Amino acid sequence: MASEIEIKLKVNGEPVSARVEARLSLVDFLREKLHLTGSHVGCEHGVCGACTVRLDGEIVRGCLTLAAQADGAEVTSIEGASDSGEIADLQAAFHERNALQCGFCTPAMLLSADALLKRQPAPSREEIRLWLSGNYCRCTGYHAIVDAVASVAEARRNNSV
Amino acid sequence: MNDKPALSVLDRPNSYIGRSVPRPDAKRLLQGRGTFIDDKKLPRMAHVAFARSPHAHAEILSIGTDAAKASAGVIAVVTGEEMKAVCTPWVGVLSHLQGLKSQPQYPLAVGKACWQGEPVVAVVAASRAEAEDAADKLVIEWRELEPVTDMETALAPETPVIHADLGDNLAWKREFSAGDVDEGFAAPDAAVVEETFLFGRHTGVTLEPRAILSDYDPAEEQLTVYHAHQAPHMMQGIFASHFGIEEHKVRVICEDVGGSFGIKVHTYPDEMATVALSIMLRRPVKFIADRLESFTTDIHARDHKITARMAVARDGRILAIEMDDLTGIGPFSVYPRTSGIEANQIVNLTGAQYTNQNYRARATVVFQNKTPMCQYRAVGHPIATAVTEGLLDSAAAAIGMDAIEIRRRNLVPDDAYPCKAPTGLSFEKLSHHASLNRLVEMMDYDGLRREQARLRAAGVHRGIGIATFVELTNPSAMFYGVGGARISAQDGCTLRLDARGNVFCSTGVTEQGQGAEAVIAQVAATAVGVPLERIKMITGDTDNVPYGGGTWASRGAGIGGEAAAQAGHALRRNILEVAGVILQARPESLDVRGGAVVDMADGRERIGLDEIGRIAYFRADTLPKDFQSELMVTRHYVPKEFPFAFTNGVQASLVEVDTDTGFVTLLRHWAVEDCGTVINPQLVDEQIRGGIVQGIGAALFEHCLYDERGQLLNGTMADYLVPMSAEMPDIEVAHMESPTKDSELGAKGAGEAGTAGAPAAVLNAINDALRPLGATVNAHPATPEAILRALGKV
Repeated sequence: MASEIEIKLKVNGEPVSARVEARLSLVDFLREKLHLTGSHVGCEHGVCGACTVRLDGEIVRGCLTLAAQADGAEVTSIEGASDSGEIADLQAAFHERNALQCGFCTPAMLLSADALLKRQPAPSREEIRLWLSGNYCRCTGYHAIVDAVASVAEARRNNSV
Repeated sequence: MNDKPALSVLDRPNSYIGRSVPRPDAKRLLQGRGTFIDDKKLPRMAHVAFARSPHAHAEILSIGTDAAKASAGVIAVVTGEEMKAVCTPWVGVLSHLQGLKSQPQYPLAVGKACWQGEPVVAVVAASRAEAEDAADKLVIEWRELEPVTDMETALAPETPVIHADLGDNLAWKREFSAGDVDEGFAAPDAAVVEETFLFGRHTGVTLEPRAILSDYDPAEEQLTVYHAHQAPHMMQGIFASHFGIEEHKVRVICEDVGGSFGIKVHTYPDEMATVALSIMLRRPVKFIADRLESFTTDIHARDHKITARMAVARDGRILAIEMDDLTGIGPFSVYPRTSGIEANQIVNLTGAQYTNQNYRARATVVFQNKTPMCQYRAVGHPIATAVTEGLLDSAAAAIGMDAIEIRRRNLVPDDAYPCKAPTGLSFEKLSHHASLNRLVEMMDYDGLRREQARLRAAGVHRGIGIATFVELTNPSAMFYGVGGARISAQDGCTLRLDARGNVFCSTGVTEQGQGAEAVIAQVAATAVGVPLERIKMITGDTDNVPYGGGTWASRGAGIGGEAAAQAGHALRRNILEVAGVILQARPESLDVRGGAVVDMADGRERIGLDEIGRIAYFRADTLPKDFQSELMVTRHYVPKEFPFAFTNGVQASLVEVDTDTGFVTLLRHWAVEDCGTVINPQLVDEQIRGGIVQGIGAALFEHCLYDERGQLLNGTMADYLVPMSAEMPDIEVAHMESPTKDSELGAKGAGEAGTAGAPAAVLNAINDALRPLGATVNAHPATPEAILRALGKV
């Protein structure tokens, strides 16, 4: 059994080549090999959502995806999404509304919220709550997060008219 | 020197007190640029994984390490016996909890393991994966011992004693009696209600697991520990004591901490082992708990069975309360805060919001072979509140009185302060009645009652639950210090004006996401007279911040904030001394506003703080020879007049119960909170909301389930339920303000009030919905199964 695998992928727009253990998860690859520590490891079994990253445009659990599966793919982590400015409105709204406390769930929460708004530009509070149920937050009680996402949804709609 | 300012910090111009400014430290977290322990890497860093006891109670017969030592990447394999040489054991007792006993505890189990998950062997390797691979190759021979799991039989003669040296499984017992309880229950017109309440074990589930990175430099004899912790100075003292290192050679650094809630304020064996390993191996060692380790080794909380009764007169007055608490704390009292505090708080706080003075209570604290239990957010409050408020609703039903009305007839009047609870706790100033009135108005209580009646007729079972409570905040040395623990009740703040007019602010209070850095910056900016963006906060580093307690017991804003206010006044006075010399003006005629020195009378700008800094630091030659500028000051604060600054609050929950499935839908939740001076309304609101949702978790979902052999059955996030966004309600929060006069700032704590009141409000709402059906649920969590059982449907 080959325990190591060669992979080539794009991470936050930059080409990356690496030789990885077959068992290495995508989030551990990002954190340990590429030092992209904005994606967090909360449960390692796909429940808490803190490891959420984008793989070819879709959000995935970084702990349930193997690094080897990302061969040939484009991966975007919070660092890339943040530096490109594409979620600046969500970040500003979370800041203004204090929709984060310890910040451990926050990078993944932002990527998840952004995915919702791309799919559904006018979500109700209930729909926001339902979508974000894949991302646990132990600090805020969620109310402020829902407020922040709702305000960005409205602003994006108004800007696109 | 006169430390009294001309104007109180509450009256300063351009005040930030009471303003919802965003947290300056939140931006990096939003960009994924936080620094949590697992984000740090040090040269030569190794990783540790632990082999843990698979049994709740078992003797270690032998440990075979050969295969593990030969495994790829392994640096060291260390057993408990080997680690004893570098770390002395600890015992979690406090002298003011008289009679509390516990067994000496080691970083790794020595001789036998006392709970499933107790660390037994440490394996250090080049990577965590390799350390885990090697740990799997250890051969540990066990002889299983009978586990003590049921707290109700823990003291029975036929039950084995966990620690033979202690003689029995009783950790602590407290009995209390005040007034004439028997007379209250015997009153001719008394209605007496009795209930048995169960509070399941639950735990904190911080999203960032416990984490530590310890580095030892034998050349300097310097220990540096990066720690996800709430109390860096406390841990500095503990590391120094147990590893035999001078305290000034121990540096504890707490950068970003991914949630704590009381989970990260204790001494954990695996964390002590990690420090021991870094000393033994003379290199950095990192330990990050995985989620299973979190569930089996983070402290658990609650686990109480309480039988309680209350007598009320026909006019609704409480005549007497009696309460008997039995709690299991695991095999050790946790160091150094002990595991007796929760039961003690329950005894102290039950019924404390009401005028009744006839009160009897008993608490029995027993050892058992389960994960150690200790202080978690709101320690004891949710239980005391659920018992008191549950009994009161039963009593109201028994005499046919409305839930609001019976509370109005019993809450301590708003003009009765200062006063004392039956247990002697002092209340300086609370606002129970004003808060309850505000709640009734904001939730439209009467309208909801009408809607409830209308829906009931249509077969929809809605319930309204009310919970009033007091919360202990800003603890003085009477909490821990008096019992011999080296846990600081005081806190300090150092302010330094830099050469360009900015202010460095370091505080002993730590940031866990609650916004401590923001509120302390707001206070400092206000007291000095500079814009908020000129403040740079420094926290969580024992080499670089004033000595202080850190973050626990809702003390950051009230104690750390007051130190910042006093330091701010002192720095402003010193700035004005310099300005007075430069401007040939009396310092009293000047003030600092908006980052500049101005005329006190008309606010006209006289000189910028950048210019003050330039002259003081670079051109002192232009100042008189007998003048020395002092642009760095430190002030400390500890509450003195009252041992604790009590707050009060009231919450309401509106639920709908599906009587066919037992499912509870949370429709709305309201809270009115009085935490004294509100420094940042938004941050207080979000503390309340977050706390409420943790309380809701305890009320409906969270439960560490064990089998009869002491095996944890739900140690994954998929099996242990925490609140998710879809099932949580919107939460409306309002404030009353009764500042404490113990400090100039007047702020009390707000971090735990949400958790204190929410379980009682939710359970009372469920029972309000079920009452017409003749059912009552007093089990936390109130699962669908518990509700269907109460309804007699399963």
